[in-house]
Amino acid sequence: MSETTKSTVPFRGGGFIPGTQRWAPWLAFAAIIGSWETASRLGWLPPLFMPAPSEVVSALHQLLIDGKLVAHIAASLQRIVSGWLIGSMAGVAIGFLMGIFVLARSVGLPVVSALFPIPKIALLPLFILWFGIGEPSKVATIALGVFFPTVVSAFSAVDNVPRNLIRMAQSFGLSTRMIVFKVILPGAMPGILAGFRISTSIALILVVAAEMIGTQVGIGAFVLAAGNLMQIDQLIAGVVLLSVLGLTVSALLGLIEKTVLRWR
Amino acid sequence: MQVVLEDVGYAYGDLPVLDGVSFTVGEGETAALIGPSGCGKSTLLNLVGGLLAQQRGRIATLGAAPSGCLNPLTFVFQDFALLPWRTVAGNVALALEHHRLGRTAQEARIAEVLKLCGLADFADALPKQLSGGMRQRVGIARAIAVRPAVMLMDEPLSALDAQTRELLMEDLIGIWARERTTTLYVTHNLNEAVRLADQVVVLSRRPGRIKRIVTIPVPVAERQKPAHAGLLKDLHDELWGLIKAEAQVADREMQHV
Repeated sequence: MSETTKSTVPFRGGGFIPGTQRWAPWLAFAAIIGSWETASRLGWLPPLFMPAPSEVVSALHQLLIDGKLVAHIAASLQRIVSGWLIGSMAGVAIGFLMGIFVLARSVGLPVVSALFPIPKIALLPLFILWFGIGEPSKVATIALGVFFPTVVSAFSAVDNVPRNLIRMAQSFGLSTRMIVFKVILPGAMPGILAGFRISTSIALILVVAAEMIGTQVGIGAFVLAAGNLMQIDQLIAGVVLLSVLGLTVSALLGLIEKTVLRWR
Repeated sequence: MQVVLEDVGYAYGDLPVLDGVSFTVGEGETAALIGPSGCGKSTLLNLVGGLLAQQRGRIATLGAAPSGCLNPLTFVFQDFALLPWRTVAGNVALALEHHRLGRTAQEARIAEVLKLCGLADFADALPKQLSGGMRQRVGIARAIAVRPAVMLMDEPLSALDAQTRELLMEDLIGIWARERTTTLYVTHNLNEAVRLADQVVVLSRRPGRIKRIVTIPVPVAERQKPAHAGLLKDLHDELWGLIKAEAQVADREMQHV
């Protein structure tokens, strides 16, 4: 390099920053809905198969006024909460046992691996035979669908608690029970809560599928009936409801994570 | 309390890591364990602390634990082993919670050790908010909170920068002088061994056997005096001479394990 040449060193370290912008998702939603509304009004989309967002909103409004909206949401929520609670509590318990005890792990891992891939909705007819056409078969389908991913996430979470923390607790003479509650449980919480995010989504998918068989009330039943009657605005209103429900659950879990995992 | 090791041997499956290790750490003394990587130093410490089951020989303690001792054999870990969801005070409390101390006595003991370790202003801080040196101070505070008879320190300063190491070494000398604990101190750092230990146990490469036990004939508190610099340097060189060839062979072996 010549001694007389003096140039500023160029900056080369820009980009590749894993950040987010608060306004971007709102803008994206507004752009999608705006484009959809415009296309509908210009007649580019057939109203029979793809009604405008404004029609979907008025369908939602109508459902709210006549009380059907609350009834459908309440029925679906009841099934989701019951199924999710049973499945996730059992899943966490079994996952913990597998993470802590060698025998439970030796038995549990092959059993879970064999049963996890079965699409749980395929078992609904079997559950209807076992539990009848009413609520128990739907709740059982959701519970079973939630159970396996929760087992896997709880087991992995327990397995990933650093061994040095457990050895440390042992070196100070803590009992097994104390190690489980003071070291393993809080250490596994991030993994368990991440698993809850997945299991709540699965519960939402399964409730819709389960409600399409043998029931009149619930978002799944409502969507199916609207489709059969070619009431597409109502069908899309049902899908929007599901999306809102998913977002609400996700926000709730985010709030729980913020509280429980403050230390992170 | 003394720690007595008699013909201790240990193997992980078919891989022997310790063979015929015998020595005694006197009450209130500090013994440094040095040797090449993989020679079984940490294994020996875990055997003494009861985190590994003894296979051959015998490890015993001799004498009574000091009054108020809640956990005679207490570790200080290389990676601090702090619970990230607990505050500094909470981490120290973990070592005390299962003893029936009573809330007031427990809080008093926590406050005392936090002050002793320079952590009084950080009681409510989370580990992630602390520097490496401060985290290890928490590890040390947690250890002395149970008034141990024997402290088992597994490379406690190796994860820290040189300046923090110096500061913590001075703190350790002060704590040992006050608490009079017997200490078994694993290190790779010969300077730490010469500075802190009363005796240095040199292990051979795997399977670790005692190569020599070197006594440092200068009181720990006086080792910073210039008058002893020559002697301590000679001891350092002697220790390096003992492990250099072993470390070179062990390094090549480790790459093929």
